[in-house]
Amino acid sequence: MSSNLHIAFRFLTAKKRAMLMSLSCIVLGVGLFIVTQATTSGFEEFFIKTILGTNGAIRIEDKIQYTMRSMAAGGFSSKYEIKTKEGRKYIEGIEEPKLLIDAVKRFPNVAGVSEVLHGAVIMRSAFKNESVRVYGINLDDHERVSDIRRQIVRGKIADFPGALSGSIIGIEMAQRMQLELGDTYQLEVGGQVRRYRVTAIYETGVSDIDRVRVYLNMGEARSLLQKITGASFLQVGLINRDRAQQDARSMTEVLQHNTKSWQEREKTWLEVFRALRISSAITVSVFTLIAGLAMFNTLAMIVMEKTKEIAILRSMGFTREDISQIFLWQATIVLTIGTALGWVLGAVITYGVSKTPINIRGIFAADTFIVSWSIWHYVTATVTAVAMVMLASLIPARRAARLEPGDVIRGTAQ
Amino acid sequence: MLPANDKVALSCTNIHRYLGQGEGRVHVLKGVSFEARRGQVDAIVGPSGCGKSTLLYLLGLLDRQDGGEVWINDRKMSTGSDAERTAARGEHIGFVFQFHFLMQEFTALENVMMPMRKLGRLLLPAMEARARQLLASVGLGDKSHRLGTQLSGGEQQRVAIARALANEPAIILADEPTGNLDVKNSGMVFDLLTRLAKENGQAVILVTHNTEIANRCDAIRPMRDGLFI
Repeated sequence: MSSNLHIAFRFLTAKKRAMLMSLSCIVLGVGLFIVTQATTSGFEEFFIKTILGTNGAIRIEDKIQYTMRSMAAGGFSSKYEIKTKEGRKYIEGIEEPKLLIDAVKRFPNVAGVSEVLHGAVIMRSAFKNESVRVYGINLDDHERVSDIRRQIVRGKIADFPGALSGSIIGIEMAQRMQLELGDTYQLEVGGQVRRYRVTAIYETGVSDIDRVRVYLNMGEARSLLQKITGASFLQVGLINRDRAQQDARSMTEVLQHNTKSWQEREKTWLEVFRALRISSAITVSVFTLIAGLAMFNTLAMIVMEKTKEIAILRSMGFTREDISQIFLWQATIVLTIGTALGWVLGAVITYGVSKTPINIRGIFAADTFIVSWSIWHYVTATVTAVAMVMLASLIPARRAARLEPGDVIRGTAQ
Repeated sequence: MLPANDKVALSCTNIHRYLGQGEGRVHVLKGVSFEARRGQVDAIVGPSGCGKSTLLYLLGLLDRQDGGEVWINDRKMSTGSDAERTAARGEHIGFVFQFHFLMQEFTALENVMMPMRKLGRLLLPAMEARARQLLASVGLGDKSHRLGTQLSGGEQQRVAIARALANEPAIILADEPTGNLDVKNSGMVFDLLTRLAKENGQAVILVTHNTEIANRCDAIRPMRDGLFI
């Protein structure tokens, strides 16, 4: 052990209570920082997982058609140009889904593509009528771009492709229409009425989906909606979801179809989660700030009480840097112990919170608090604590280093 | 340039020092010159406020003069950087203060080892052996593991002497080393300091009010109003 560290350790023991105060603030600061980040990130991560599991990473819909464009008036080499306002319009739906799917599959980050046909219909049950939306899918394809299999809460998804009149309905829809597994209901559109059976019930947790979305096999949906060709949109699954924005931009450019990434689609909610995460981090950082102030206070007291010891150390050949280091070591020791205990506290509380029952439905379905276990929460908490505590410790450490030994011994040190 | 003299461990010429500021500024040292030789004990005596301790701190490089020069082992230190002066203090100077100034959280042994650990000239076992030997030579061999707070005033001062001798410095500066001790302990501490210094060929400069102690030194340098008389 270096002599500076040795001295720092002994000086620490001289101010046990004050140091314990600083230590507890660091432990609380680090621990609570970790917990808040774990919970807010947990919910954010779960929300992302839910939207990726329902609507996919990328959605391709509506063909882009450019309207008037500026052009040369007198041939290719002409200096004259007819200038018009640049513009484009969208032609609803996808005319040639198979061709587009082939093109989309050539993007290296694409994990799967599912064509979807949707349309508004009236659902009639013995209990009531509701407006719902039919989603025609090829189950094999759709499983590659969604979590539909995991979202089934009742029934067997394997029974769906084989049953022409089979359907998968949302849990909220089932409750509202009082439908159970195996029950039948009618769908009405454009004057025709067809009867379907509830093959399975899904729950995404997203009310807007669970209340209105009915999955039918693609062939049946085409027949019901009377759309023999084309698709409403393509749902694309990605290998690396974080590259969705770049991929969407490239797809728009290459495929000339309106393409939206999950980040763009869910921008509002993602911003809400980000704001929550930052605000909770700021709130909890107050503890770390208090820890910094407590450390400042404790070290300033030690400097005042140990001026003679500082002078004697200087007389023995300890440099100003040594003195400064002795005080910074004290802060480092408390910070290290505090951070380690803070990690443990953070992990224990995070675990406890993750087991706490809570019933969330609306933007996702959760029965307990959702937490995210990430080393980065621990790293960020540590960096915050280190920055605040070490910054606060610098002032007393520099003051100690500036003391003139002659003035201290003479008794005139300020 | 001062003449080279092997026996001169420390010298100063024409030292001036002002203390205080504004109207309260006092000319404490008014051109003091002094020389300390190895193996010799010099006593600086004089009334309170005449500048004895101020001179001692200047000689010990704990303070900076406003004018004049300080030489340690033929090396000019008065204009040296803070780092040079700090290194010189650690290597060439041992201090004994009136109020002992032991590090209370450390044992007697650790206090004596501290200057050695800083200098880093010896390995840890050698440092410990030397510290034990020094504590034994000041009669505290059996109290080496006591904290500063568990030692009497006389014992603390003896530990301070052992600590001052730890790095075998060329110069021992003692500011009223017996000022806080009873007669019996005063005699013991002075005898110890002078005996060990003479054995090792160290220059001892002692500031004291005690005429009995001063009379037992090799030379007495009386001061008044910032000058030797």
